[in-house]
This record gives sequence, C-alpha cells and structure tokens, in this order.
Amino acid sequence: MKLEADHDACIASGNCVMISEVLFDQDEDGIVVLLAEEVPEGEEDHAREAVKICPASVLRLT
Amino acid sequence: MTAPALPPVHMRRTAFDPTPELGEIRKQEGVRTVVNAFGMQVYLVTRHHDVKRVLSDHAHFSNARPPGFVLPGAPALPEEEQASARAGNLLGLDPPEHQRLRRMLAPEFTIRRIKRLEPRITAIVDEHLDAMEAAGAPVDLVERFALPIPSLVICELLGVPYEDRADFQARSGRQLDLSLPVAERMGLAQAGREYMHTLVDRARSYPGEDILGMLISDHGAELTDDELVGIAGLLLLAGHETTSNMLGLGTLALLRHPEQLAAVRDEPDAVGPAIEELLRWLSIVQTSIPRITTADVEVAGVPIPAGQLVFASLPAGNRDPEFTDAPDVLDIRRGAPGHLAFGHGVHHCLGAPLARMEMRIAWPALLHRFPHLALAEDFDDVAFRSFHFIYGLRSLAVRW
Repeated sequence: MKLEADHDACIASGNCVMISEVLFDQDEDGIVVLLAEEVPEGEEDHAREAVKICPASVLRLT
Repeated sequence: MTAPALPPVHMRRTAFDPTPELGEIRKQEGVRTVVNAFGMQVYLVTRHHDVKRVLSDHAHFSNARPPGFVLPGAPALPEEEQASARAGNLLGLDPPEHQRLRRMLAPEFTIRRIKRLEPRITAIVDEHLDAMEAAGAPVDLVERFALPIPSLVICELLGVPYEDRADFQARSGRQLDLSLPVAERMGLAQAGREYMHTLVDRARSYPGEDILGMLISDHGAELTDDELVGIAGLLLLAGHETTSNMLGLGTLALLRHPEQLAAVRDEPDAVGPAIEELLRWLSIVQTSIPRITTADVEVAGVPIPAGQLVFASLPAGNRDPEFTDAPDVLDIRRGAPGHLAFGHGVHHCLGAPLARMEMRIAWPALLHRFPHLALAEDFDDVAFRSFHFIYGLRSLAVRW
C-alpha cells in the first residue's frame, strides 16, 4: 500500500497529521509531507481514514 | 423589515436537533428550493455526499459573487466601496485568488504552530476557571467561559487589543444575527472594518509578533490595507463566534448525557473523539457560505440552473444515515471520521487545529475543576440563538 499526495492542491488543513503523525507531517507552510511512501504495517486504517477526510482530496492510496 | 416568527427551514432546530423537515428533504428529493433569511429562493442541499460535492467543486459552485449581485435590503454602494469591503475575505474568493491568501495564512495554523500555544491556552482557561470559582455559583457559562476564552486567544494570536472586546464582540454577535436588517448588519461590518484599519495602520508602523505583524513583515508589499483589514476581520469573527458556541452548546450537550460527560472528564483518550462527535452532532455552522452556480448543474438528480444560490446544510449532511448509523444519537465512541462541521474543499476551516486545541484543553479543565457541574436553570428555559448564522446559546446558567 503506497501513499501519494498532490502538494500543489494541499490546503494545509492538517487533518492528516491529526490522524497519524507516523504517516504525515506539515512543512513550514503547512503543506503535507509524506513520512513514509510505503504505508507501514498497522497504519493501513490511518492511511485510509486520512484519504477520506482530506478536505482537498489530495491524498491517494495505490 | 420585521423579523419572521420562525427562522428559515435550514436554521430551524429544537434544542440540539435540526428540524425533522430537513431530514425529510434529505430522504425524499435531497435538494429542495427554500426561502432564505433575506426572502431569496435558494437550493438547499442536504445529503452528506452532495454537500461534499458542492463544497469541493468550486468550478461549478462559486464563492465569488457575480457583478451586480446585491442582497435584498442592502444599500446600493459604488463599485469601489464594494470592492474595498470584499477585499481579503477568503470566503468570497475562488481559486486561484483564494489560494494566494490562504497560503499566506496557513503557516500560522499548522498543527505544530498551534501546539506551541498549548501552555498559553491552558493558562487562559485556568484564569477563567479561577474567576468562576471566585464569583461563586450560579454563573453564566457563556459570559464567564465559553465566549471569553476563544476571544482572548484569537485577540492575542491576531494582535487585537483585548480591551476593545466589548465593541467587537457586540458587533460580531449582531453581524451574524440574520433577523436584523441587512443595512444594519452592513453598517456593523463597516464599523468593524474602520476599527481594523486603525490596527492595520499601527501594525504597518510597528509590526508585532502576532499574525497581523507577521503578514505585514512577510507579505506587507503584496497585501493592500483593505486586504489586511478583510483577513484580520474574518479571523477575529471566525475565531470567537465559532469555538465559543461549541464550548457553550457542547457543555450543555454533555450535561444532558452524563455518562459521556464522565468519559470526557475521566478518560484522556476519550476527549479527541468526543470533540469530533460533538462537532458532528451539533454542527453549529448552519450552512456553508452560499455558493452560486456558474453553469446549469444537477445535484441528486435535481436540475439547478446557472446563477442560483446553493446552500449546503452542514447539520443535514452530518446527520445523514448514509454517512453514519443512528446519526441523531450523540455517541462520543462512534468513530465516524469525515464529518462536515469544518466544511470541505479549499475553504475548509483554516482555524480547525486551533478550535480543536481550545476544546481539548477547555472541556477537561472545566470538568476537573467542577466535577459536579450542573444546570442552574430548567433545560426548557435555556436560550438558544435560533436566528444566528452560527447556532449556539445566549447564556447558560450553571452551578457546581
């Protein structure tokens, strides 16, 4: 399971960081930073939840 | 213009619950034309999935207003004056103009930046609890706790002198009261902008460490004074009209659900999910900022012509049984991510991390200080703000 993010469309809501600080961080401007491209074991639910609640729909799972 | 006896259907509630009519629209055709507080026909969108679509499809559902758009009852203003009043209002802009301003503000509202405010917010909460305790029961929780805490926090963050609060709190409370005549509300907005201009002038000369100072230091050359006034005014209004109503109404909701109140008080891990569920269940922002269709569209199979006003009902979307089971029940252990209380799409609440942090600190602190907190008035006598763009309480008498 891999995570992808469209950084240009990110609106810096921080919702993903709220779900998992293992998978996501924000840079100084608030834009999403993926901490792990390959979703680590045990974080799959968090990854799905983050994709679902991103208000700008910039996260994708492949 | 006299106030109608009942607010428009999308704002009508019985205590915490949206009027059953809203649920009927959601169950039947999903989208219905209703009359808003200004007597205009609007398309009301009620299903969770459709609300998300309307709020994320800015190409078809625009926040900007076409030239010549005026609210009934609004005085006709010269275009220049209108442009000055609109400047910096992120909620009235579509991408890419919206993105330009949002990107300037986003660094101030990252999770990391907001975490840095934790000690200061805790101190502010403690001071207000001390004052409540010193005053002795009964007190009005809205006046003593729910309103002043977010108000002081946003003032410090923004660089607005808290001593000026009496004026701007009165202004913003009335500005969002849709039972008042449009002309009066526009006058209040204008007075608010004049006040904010004095703060912008001062910050241009002496930019401080606050958001206004930061905007001027980092982006002062790209932003007009009108834009700075618009941005600061929006943050001030949004910063204390929203969290304060969540704190007041949410405390009442917990008092009516004592087992859930006990969990918020006694189980640190229950607090975060409880906040999300209270956000969903209370959905204090009654509708999104109205969108205008830019082309003929269909929502839930209902055709909407170009140029029509569309209201996305956040309470209806958040209580859609297609989104979560038994949606009318408050259940802090529900675990249903994806509520719409902060909106959706590019206009999703910028201050959400701040609002969450304030609630995460304020509720456990209140309930630890006063473990036997109780209503000091009959539930039936509690005064709800039914004509307000943001739902909440006028006051809440409590004892302990």
